[in-house]
Amino acid sequence: MATANRETPRPAAGRAGIKKELPERFKDYRHVWVFIELERGQVHPVSFELLGEGRKLADKLGVQVAGVVLGPAGGVTQHAVAEAFAYGADLVYIVEAPLLADYRNEPFTKAMTDLVVTYKPEILLLGATTLGRDLAGSVATTLLTGLTADCTELDVDADGSLAATRPTFGGSLLCTIYTLNFRPQMATVRPRVMSMPQRVDKPVERVIQHKLSVAEDDIVTKVLGFLPDSQSAKANLAYADVVVAGGLGLGGAENLQLVKSLARAIGAEYGCSRPLVQKGWMSADRQIGQTGKTIRPKLYIAAGISGAIQHRVAVEGADLIVAINTDPNAPIFDFAHLGIVTDAIRFLPALTEAFTRRLSPHSRDKLAS
Amino acid sequence: MHIVVCIKQVPDSTQIRVHPVTNTIMRQGVPTIINPYDLFALEEALRLRDADGGEVTVLTMGPPMAEDALRKALGYGADRAVLLTDRYFAGSDTLATSFALSQAIAKVGETFGTPDIVFTGKQTIDGDTAQVGPGIARRLNLLQLTYVAKIVSLDLAAGEIKVQRRCEGGTQMLQSRLPCLVTMLEGTNEIRRGSIEDALRAARSRVVRWSAADAGIEDFTRCGLRGSPTVVKRVFAPAARAEKAAQIDTAEKTLRDLADELTAAIFTRQPALEQEVAFDGGT
Repeated sequence: MATANRETPRPAAGRAGIKKELPERFKDYRHVWVFIELERGQVHPVSFELLGEGRKLADKLGVQVAGVVLGPAGGVTQHAVAEAFAYGADLVYIVEAPLLADYRNEPFTKAMTDLVVTYKPEILLLGATTLGRDLAGSVATTLLTGLTADCTELDVDADGSLAATRPTFGGSLLCTIYTLNFRPQMATVRPRVMSMPQRVDKPVERVIQHKLSVAEDDIVTKVLGFLPDSQSAKANLAYADVVVAGGLGLGGAENLQLVKSLARAIGAEYGCSRPLVQKGWMSADRQIGQTGKTIRPKLYIAAGISGAIQHRVAVEGADLIVAINTDPNAPIFDFAHLGIVTDAIRFLPALTEAFTRRLSPHSRDKLAS
Repeated sequence: MHIVVCIKQVPDSTQIRVHPVTNTIMRQGVPTIINPYDLFALEEALRLRDADGGEVTVLTMGPPMAEDALRKALGYGADRAVLLTDRYFAGSDTLATSFALSQAIAKVGETFGTPDIVFTGKQTIDGDTAQVGPGIARRLNLLQLTYVAKIVSLDLAAGEIKVQRRCEGGTQMLQSRLPCLVTMLEGTNEIRRGSIEDALRAARSRVVRWSAADAGIEDFTRCGLRGSPTVVKRVFAPAARAEKAAQIDTAEKTLRDLADELTAAIFTRQPALEQEVAFDGGT
């Protein structure tokens, strides 16, 4: 496993390598756009992460990065505009209308496609949230362009095309996907996959207002209400500093208690790998992986997790990865920083006790003296 | 009432292996299953039919062997199965797939009655894009209700549907109209065990098999590789980290000593963490 990025010996797809010239009607598509996801007064942090990524792409292309804000008229939307500038936008497109107060597919699709057709971006990035995925699929189909979901890496090729890399085949390999002959090139990225750029106060400069071309009467779907998650159900895995997770190596659902005990002892969030969710041992909102949550904690402890690519891409942003697994050849040891080949079921209680010993006030006093 | 459920036959991802030398997928002998997310859509459709009457048609696009998935769906109690299969569909991305499926759904509507609801799963476990459902909705001009956790009410006479839709940080209550497309969230129901009668009927039933032309598709350039705006240029295994994990030697040590050694190693590498964890922990 020493060599990097080995190519498959066979061609990946029938048209691989073929580059036709971009059709005339797309030649004036320029600049990078980032959808600023505003819901119930809050901008989703993934939008800022994407502005950071959009900035890098725009700099390579020698173009500008623009934020796209869709929301109700007023302070909340203006605040989102200001934040977009603070996180690196050169300009912001804004559509303000009362009917954009809550997310609904119909008016948001209309607003976004109208903006794209009018102002012609070459790249459009959205967060792979429930909102972003709902919107991106509709917009790409309306525009008949390519959309690459859940990218883990974005880059610009020598010829200026967007190279979007994502896991494939159930997360066992990575693939790089291009939208060669259509514009905009669309991609979604999950929260926490890209790092958060520095926030720098900046004056609100170029804001381009666009009118929404539909009225409330044209919109069939109505929002009757919203029920926020209870505090306990709201696992803040993605933004937690310390995370402990269990995998199939735990043997049975009853052993998840060991993971939860360790998490409680060190004030961590807990999660699991995908097979455990498929077996119904843990709820889907605690799944760590390409199809679940991406995390960037300071410390990540993986117990009995083998480390398939779909898991790896979601935890690689962690500062310190500790792996506990009985199999010395498990792929997780290829990307963990600290490894221990042992049975997690027996080891986790000992580890919980060791942390408790070390962190108890009594032993801290002893260390200090 | 007529409900169409789109399903996909996928390789059982827990059994896919990558060849250690060539980095190619070893597909041989990997069993196929109905995409697990689609089973929540199928069960929801069957429940609505059981409550309000009508028919459930399952539809898939795939190679001839995808008929197995359809037979399984008939075994769960679906009334009819349509297999869309043609070499023109090979290499479809999500845009080309939603085109082919939407044409087939339109044809299903002409042949067996216009659907009131089209169901799909939240996403597939092999592609994981969640794009085909919204793509179908857009092409057929159906109202789009994704990540539905619960169908609260369905009023066929008024053509009205109320659902709970999962979104960031909570649940939206939505009211919309038929015909609509619903993508069902996982864990919302449990697929039934098919009855003996359904199993017998599944074995006897003929799966309707359509080519692209049968489904009313005239422009084959919108199908398969040619109809796909995205191109996969490169498939590769990720680079290994230059250095492997530093292993803690387990030989002849008690679990207690090992655990102390690991915590010491963790805080040596992340000294700032010790204060933070001590502050947060044990509460």
